[in-house]
Amino acid sequence: MSRRRARGATRIGRPPALLVVLGVLGIGFFVLPFVGLLGRVPWSDLPALLSGPIVTDALRLSAIASAAATAISLIIGLPLAWLLARAEFPGRAVIRGIVTLPLVLPPVVGGAALLFALGRRGLIGEPLNEATGLILPFSTWGVIVATTFVAMPFLVITVEGALRNMDRRYEGAAATLGARRWTVIRRVTLPMIGPSLVAGLVLTWARAFGEFGATITFAGNLQGRTQTLPLAVFVALESDRDTAVAISLIMVVVALVVLIALRGRWGRAM
Amino acid sequence: MRNVIVVALVVALLPTACGSTDGGRAPAGSIEGVLLVSAAASLTDALGEIEAAFEAVYPDVDVVLNVAASSALREQIIEGAPADVFASANTSNMDKVVDAGEVAGDPTVFTMNLLQIAVPEGNPAGIAGLEDFSREEILIGLCAEAVPCGDFARVALSEAGVTPAIDTNEPDVRALLTKIELGELDAAITYVTDVASTDRVDGVDIPIEQNVVTAYPIAVLAGAPNPAAAEAFVAFVLADGAQAILSRYSFTEP
Repeated sequence: MSRRRARGATRIGRPPALLVVLGVLGIGFFVLPFVGLLGRVPWSDLPALLSGPIVTDALRLSAIASAAATAISLIIGLPLAWLLARAEFPGRAVIRGIVTLPLVLPPVVGGAALLFALGRRGLIGEPLNEATGLILPFSTWGVIVATTFVAMPFLVITVEGALRNMDRRYEGAAATLGARRWTVIRRVTLPMIGPSLVAGLVLTWARAFGEFGATITFAGNLQGRTQTLPLAVFVALESDRDTAVAISLIMVVVALVVLIALRGRWGRAM
Repeated sequence: MRNVIVVALVVALLPTACGSTDGGRAPAGSIEGVLLVSAAASLTDALGEIEAAFEAVYPDVDVVLNVAASSALREQIIEGAPADVFASANTSNMDKVVDAGEVAGDPTVFTMNLLQIAVPEGNPAGIAGLEDFSREEILIGLCAEAVPCGDFARVALSEAGVTPAIDTNEPDVRALLTKIELGELDAAITYVTDVASTDRVDGVDIPIEQNVVTAYPIAVLAGAPNPAAAEAFVAFVLADGAQAILSRYSFTEP
């Protein structure tokens, strides 16, 4: 693998200088803000800042919400991607557009839309409340709903793309050899889209971990119940800069560790 | 309809604004360009109308309102975001901007406000006063502690001896008011002016001995890209015409 790449490089020659300059500019654009952040970290107070209840509560909620959003996305997002890629039905293009809307809309709009639908006075929220007493806004469940809404499209579009691009003759061969549909999906389709599925899950998790706008709009902001790390940073920025920087640092470290570790493992698909 | 009101106002304002001597108005020719006003969220509607009136008098100026929580605006200004004028909903955020050396001259208090309990239309949870904020079974919202309305609300609640069962700390007063309008919260503490700004919210008065009178200071910023227009705007806000607009939005004169 590495020998072949080396040979290819000599054949193509060195990268053009302009490309390198622009690329390095791109690196600076991404790296500099984090250097700025690191410059503000109050290193000596860090242990005290990070062990405070605001930070530990927010970290716990962020872990729960991002994991739950990723799990829900897998359970309903994967079948949705399969439907979009494989099933012919009227309005499919419209459905695909709606599924990707949360990627485009400001998350605050998504949060407001969720309030109109699932809020205590919402379209579904009101009968739901009357029947079960469940109120989604201002609850941890509300945080999970908001983050899932914003993050799941990443899984759906990644997996749908993989399903469309895969060579379907393998599925055909398995079916010809007598495999049932579920067996084909389990033994052929899923392994073939595996790397894309993992990539989609990682992107979904990353988006959920950083979600702010839909969460604060739909679920509100209360320490220990709905205040995830991004909300805690936002509140702390206005009252306690050192805590805000400390929380930002945890988010950067956690996200980098997860993204680099997974990319190293399933790098080809991402 | 709205345009008619604006035009009528502008006509009403013209003599005041042009005739005012306290504004230290520069010759009209030199006042032009974009004027960035960072203003507390509670000023949204009133300043929007003042903006239209100001632009009618100074047609070469394009006022851009940057509306957010005063505490968020304070951080933007201290971190070097360009703005010409800062209108804060309390003195402590303005003081921090002054301490950071970001204000040219001295801030002036241009209007005052009071707190009021905001409830959804019809008051479904039957809120009678601040003591209801300790009820666990209803949904209560306040502004976050760092935001002026959140700070004042906590002062009022402690004056009343009430420990609130808070369900959400909203990032600014408008976000809080929206959740009352939608009926998602049963009660919140906002300003009198916020309750007055919408038909879908009812107000429950807070007795004056528990209430907090808040002062709104305004100042031209030291780093103002357009200081001439900034001076003119501050003078305009302090003059009678703008004060009349503010009082129509239930603000009180200082």
